[in-house]
Amino acid sequence: MNEATASVKKPQKFVVARAEEIPPGSRLIVDVGGREVGIFNIKGSYYGMLNRCPHVGGPLSQGQLVNSVTATVPGKITLDESQDLLTCPWHNWEFDIKTGQSYWDPKHMRARPFTVNVEAGTDVAEQVDGGSVGRIKGPYQAETIEVSIESDYVVLSMRPQRPGTAAKPGACAPPPTATTEMKVEVRP
Amino acid sequence: MTTPLLAGMKRSTLWTGTVIDCDVHANVPSIETLFDYMDPVWVQGTQERGWHGPTGPRLSYPPGAATTARDEWRHDGLMPASKLSMLQNDILDPWQVDRAVLNCYYGIDSLRHPDWAAALASAVNNWIIAEWLDKDPRLVASLVIPARDPIAAAAEIDRVGSHPGFVQVMLPVRSERLYGQRIFNPIYEAATRNDLVIGLHWGGTTEDAPSPTGYASWYAEQYAAETQVYIAQLTSMVFEGTFQKFPALRVAVMEGGFSWVPTWGWSMNKKWKGLRRETPWVDRLPLEIIRDHVRFSVAPADLGSPEHSQRIIEWLGSEDLLMFATDYPHRHDDDIDELLAIIPATMKPKLMSETARAWYKL
Repeated sequence: MNEATASVKKPQKFVVARAEEIPPGSRLIVDVGGREVGIFNIKGSYYGMLNRCPHVGGPLSQGQLVNSVTATVPGKITLDESQDLLTCPWHNWEFDIKTGQSYWDPKHMRARPFTVNVEAGTDVAEQVDGGSVGRIKGPYQAETIEVSIESDYVVLSMRPQRPGTAAKPGACAPPPTATTEMKVEVRP
Repeated sequence: MTTPLLAGMKRSTLWTGTVIDCDVHANVPSIETLFDYMDPVWVQGTQERGWHGPTGPRLSYPPGAATTARDEWRHDGLMPASKLSMLQNDILDPWQVDRAVLNCYYGIDSLRHPDWAAALASAVNNWIIAEWLDKDPRLVASLVIPARDPIAAAAEIDRVGSHPGFVQVMLPVRSERLYGQRIFNPIYEAATRNDLVIGLHWGGTTEDAPSPTGYASWYAEQYAAETQVYIAQLTSMVFEGTFQKFPALRVAVMEGGFSWVPTWGWSMNKKWKGLRRETPWVDRLPLEIIRDHVRFSVAPADLGSPEHSQRIIEWLGSEDLLMFATDYPHRHDDDIDELLAIIPATMKPKLMSETARAWYKL
């Protein structure tokens, strides 16, 4: 068993969608080996969050995206549009989309964020070939898409982030340089 | 609450340490008593109209009710707690009280007349200074205000609040509007400016229903249900952000009990975790805010079985929240010995004096 074969068995990165399939303001919930992860595009930056609230297991990735609100005195509310929070649809607890940190219990409660990047089709194709990037199988309505170098792809990393560190929002991929094709399954 | 002493138990048997009684009463025996302390305009106004004073005290404390005064504290048919000598003989001397916080509930708020209510509050405060504070150094007191009119109330707080004997502003628990609302801010500004505690006390406006949903049919029902009003007022102050607006504000709850505090606090905490975005100034768990800003008298204590009561003490999450009171001359359960028996040893001196000393800066 060579090294490439071994890494095919345990890829930690997955192609989850073509970049244009998750435009700014939208989200996609994907299934990665039985774990559901919400992929969010917030003003062009991508974030991933396990679809499970650390409180009592609610579908966190289906919650509202809101900004931080704070006030030192009654009536004077500061909206911080640079801080994006995901609220659980069950109890409305707020979690930082970047760090998973709970607003009200930052020391003990943390949702599970994942890094999401946009990568060029050329790089993705190479990595899929090399086995370091996996393809996810949609359990419900899987559709097959092609990876082509003309497109950018949303790649989810399932590597655990170090606690307290923010996921880096996905940066724009470099322009494609070569042509290749392959099949990628994505759950819409 | 004082039967252990009166029934023959010596104070030294019950508690050998210092005692501060955070709630004893002074009752105005009659409106005429206040004439020497009142602007003549209002003396004549009272006489002209044949007015006998506010209705509030008799509604909040029906004269014959068992809860209004213990038999042994009803002296010669006089109004209980209406003379300093009564308080001295019944409480200050036998309990060897180090300090006592005097509260005069005279139902100022049952008066709708804006000027007369303010004048009446001033007269009561003048009477408290002259007849009580100036005559016994063990006493400190609450000043009374026309609470319907926060601007006038603030003026009265500033008029007498610097008197060293006044340590608290009495705010009757029933009001036309919830006390956290910003219209009351002048009262809290004046209280913090004068370094006074806000004393939330049984009583208040008489024309509104004494429960959040209507009139009680019986006195026992009204008295027992009053907890709801204390809860409504404190919850209002928490969520309106009164304690963020006035970080130095200290509140004392008198005659409101405390056994309900943990479960009410849990409820506020739960709601806050998911709904806090509405009120982002509430920047930490509401029960933590209560622990930082509110203290509770233990008359009534409303204890259950020792096991259950002990659980409640633990659930308070702090040994610093309770303050001993007799609530003289009112009658509650005689359970200070039971309370002392179930609290940790480290909490006993706090309960009996230290917490009140710190809260009132005595």
